[in-house]
Amino acid sequence: MKNIVLFFSAIAFVLLTAAMLLTAGWTAPPIHSTQQGFRGLSMGQLSTPRSERLLKEANKLPDGFEKASATGDRATAVYQNVQVLKDLSADQFNRVMLAMTAWVAPPDQGCAYCHNVDKMADDSLYTKRVARRMLEMTRQVNVDWKNHVAINGAGVTCYTCHRGQPVPANIWFNEPPPRTGGAAATNDGFGHPTKANGSTAMSGNPFAPLDDKKSIIRIIGTNALPHGAGASMPSTYQNYALMIAISNSLGVNCTFCHNSRSFLGWTESTPQRVTAYHGIQMVRDLNAKFLDPLKSDLPAQRLGPLGDGPKANCATCHQGASKPLLGVSMAKDWPELGGATSQ
Amino acid sequence: MSLYENIYTQVQVRPTVPDPGVVIEENKDRAGGAFVQLLGYIGNAQVGPIYLGYLGVLSLLFGFFAFEIIGLNMLASVHWDPIQFIRQLFWLALEPPKAEYGLRIPPLAEGGWWLMAGFFLTMSVLLWWARMYRRAYVLGLGSHNAWAFASAIFLMVSIGFIRPVLMGHWSEAVPFGIFPHLDWTAAFSIRYGNLYYNPFHMLSIAFLYGSALLFAMHGATILAVGRFGGEREVEQIVYRGTAAERAALFWRWTMGFNATMESIHRWAWWFAVLTPLTGGIGILLTGTVVDNWFLWGVQHGLVPTYPHAFPPVVDPSLVPGASQ
Repeated sequence: MKNIVLFFSAIAFVLLTAAMLLTAGWTAPPIHSTQQGFRGLSMGQLSTPRSERLLKEANKLPDGFEKASATGDRATAVYQNVQVLKDLSADQFNRVMLAMTAWVAPPDQGCAYCHNVDKMADDSLYTKRVARRMLEMTRQVNVDWKNHVAINGAGVTCYTCHRGQPVPANIWFNEPPPRTGGAAATNDGFGHPTKANGSTAMSGNPFAPLDDKKSIIRIIGTNALPHGAGASMPSTYQNYALMIAISNSLGVNCTFCHNSRSFLGWTESTPQRVTAYHGIQMVRDLNAKFLDPLKSDLPAQRLGPLGDGPKANCATCHQGASKPLLGVSMAKDWPELGGATSQ
Repeated sequence: MSLYENIYTQVQVRPTVPDPGVVIEENKDRAGGAFVQLLGYIGNAQVGPIYLGYLGVLSLLFGFFAFEIIGLNMLASVHWDPIQFIRQLFWLALEPPKAEYGLRIPPLAEGGWWLMAGFFLTMSVLLWWARMYRRAYVLGLGSHNAWAFASAIFLMVSIGFIRPVLMGHWSEAVPFGIFPHLDWTAAFSIRYGNLYYNPFHMLSIAFLYGSALLFAMHGATILAVGRFGGEREVEQIVYRGTAAERAALFWRWTMGFNATMESIHRWAWWFAVLTPLTGGIGILLTGTVVDNWFLWGVQHGLVPTYPHAFPPVVDPSLVPGASQ
């Protein structure tokens, strides 16, 4: 009896040690589970004290800026070549410029990152032309995409994505699928693990549907019985990889939006799925309208391997949090960026 | 004189007088083969003679073709880099043709290799089946092993050939690769509305777990009555010695019913055979006859309802003006 116990203990010890050494991604307990759906449905979100601490550290807020009066001299009257912030007072305009310098520009360059300091109105630097489009984009997000960004009145600012970096950390490009030429199988880009696709063998470019409005995201059969040709397995892999990437971007699992017994059913889903739906539409729209077209202005080193411009995905704003900046609204202090209109 | 065997070794019993087990006459006339002491610890010490024959040689040859096609394409997909080949080995794939090729024969790079590898692998497996059948026939055995193997082949061919043909697309088939084929399984379940609601999937799981349970029950029973000569199962069918009687009584005591020394093997055979057989039927019905198993389950009362924990959620694409 003692031998048997020893024998099985030894086997368990060896197997567990091997599993620990040979596999990655272990999480130290305690693991905290937050129930979401009805009990027994396993609709819970998991966190650990460490994951929560890291999330808090990563989402510290920057110093605030004093409010500026909307009245007084108009920006257009004081400055030349104002094309986007035409509705602002000069004070508000300056406030935006200061904030962009703090949130986006490298500290050693300051204003000069975007401006020709000898002639501030000059548009010769590509960074200035890009910044102008980004201001337009930020305003449009706050005004036109309330159903995604203003559910709790949060809104967005430059800082939501940039976090002190000239280029936001989480952007993506279309990648050429790894392959050897000749008759070797292309595999359609499948079969290579990436961080974004959750280390699966599915699409290596999970965000592709966010750059292609024609790409089908809804792949599940909508009737019990077949009615004509449905989505193919390759488009299912693509969608699956996208959903994994969304989960990773938000630091949540599938059940944040879905009841996994029916990923299709809206009545089974959580209200967050509606927000996510609008998010997908929003990112597709922003990529098509603002980000993809930047490629004509950007220098080659800012472009992807296929010559496309940097694009947004969910992680660009969310950065691992289900609510960017943990739901704290910076935009409410920024009527200049369209934030106040969400009030 | 042979000692009875317990679970893992025959010689570490330490009563003052070791139980010698049942006296068995030893027959030293065994056909061919070498004896390997180490192998004897886990199975039979006797190895060989291996019979290959032309069926075996052809099967191995075709299997080698498939293995090479799959492996070399995987190696090509990491630019012939041996380090990346090892790092990404579990993820590397040989994918079937894209959906737009339907059932046509695509260029090699676009799935032609997959089709070829599938052909060679299937031929290899079928030849191995024929070889199993032939070897059993030559020895005068029943063909039970061959038909059990045929059940597994049926599942493989259902997934990789019959169902794709029924659906009209090679792209429905499973890719070659460790994680790729597992990802196919997960994606397949999601695409067709959750395979858990597929009754044949349920049956297959019941037979799979049942097989494991029966295997454990049978193995444990025979080991437990080994000290009474219970491992001589076939003799005990006609001569129900104390081992058979005790084993049977044990199960009647504990669950009110027992199989016999003979029928337990029919139980095990059918459970094992029905696992891939029902699974294959479930695969063949998916997408051809049923497109969403969850919705099918709703229609047939399989799906429980739960109280809503959230306010009603409506598909936002149905709101006027929304895009898909």
